[in-house]
Amino acid sequence: MSGADIGLALSVFLACSVEAVEALTIVLAVGATRSWSSALSGVGAATLALAVIVTALGPALTSLPIDVLRVIVGGLLLIFGLQWLRKAILRAAGLKAKHDELQIYEEEAAAARAAGAAPAGFDGYAFTIAFKGVLLEGLEVAFIVLTFGANQHRVPLAAVAAVLAVLLVVFAGFAARAPLARVPENTMKFAVGVMLSSFGMFWGAEGAGASWPGGDAALLAIVPGVLLVASAMIWTLRRAPGLAGAEQAMPGEPHDRATVSA
Amino acid sequence: MSRVRGFAIGVWEFVVGDDLRAALGVVLALAFTALLAGGGISAWWVMPLAVIVLLALSLRRAARGASR
Repeated sequence: MSGADIGLALSVFLACSVEAVEALTIVLAVGATRSWSSALSGVGAATLALAVIVTALGPALTSLPIDVLRVIVGGLLLIFGLQWLRKAILRAAGLKAKHDELQIYEEEAAAARAAGAAPAGFDGYAFTIAFKGVLLEGLEVAFIVLTFGANQHRVPLAAVAAVLAVLLVVFAGFAARAPLARVPENTMKFAVGVMLSSFGMFWGAEGAGASWPGGDAALLAIVPGVLLVASAMIWTLRRAPGLAGAEQAMPGEPHDRATVSA
Repeated sequence: MSRVRGFAIGVWEFVVGDDLRAALGVVLALAFTALLAGGGISAWWVMPLAVIVLLALSLRRAARGASR
């Protein structure tokens, strides 16, 4: 397994773990308060939809010419990576509320209870909320699996890393029978942001015709370089005058959840 | 029609996110890289520089919004 393969597997594994923790919170909330069978049906339907998306788009992407693929994938990964990195830096600097799985669980459970009593059979509410939660969180992972995997022609490796992450989170979640509040989500998101941005700029530049000094070995400098720059930005923001206590003014995760949160 | 529009907006928000300027900056940096490389000029340095500048500007905008 090459260094790029390890980077691919690690990025997908971390990204998928974070998104799976967030999806698990939603499923646990509607499952525990309404109907486990309907919530799990929603999970199954969303997983199927994600598998269809990856299976359908994977071959289409890998059939593109390598330079076209690299510039498109590199650009998209970089745009995505910068979003993840920006949010993680803002949270680490105390300028954005951190993800609180317990709070989100309570909010989801309260909303599920407020929706009325669950019917005896199929519960459309539990199905829909679980389906939406898993599909929305999973789309980002599917995107990363497809772009990373297609670019290295290793979609199966990316898919295996994603499945392993989901299995680990599901096992941990059902063993704990509670949201995984202790998972260092922001640190993992920060790591994913660093990896996506690094690989994105590497492939994007190569696809646009540039040659990196040292070829693939340049990644050994790019990844630590992005990590260093991002860490320096956290350090700078933490010490910036006039920003102390600004966290209250920033929208927290419950708002992000309405769209697709990174 | 509203479903198509909703889908298009969803895809846009999914890919571009909440910072259009950063996304445009990435596209421009890639175009500049292609321009230099096409002219036979070393261009590998463009993307790292662009990432530092775009991330710093994006954080600056967010931090200013937070401090208001």
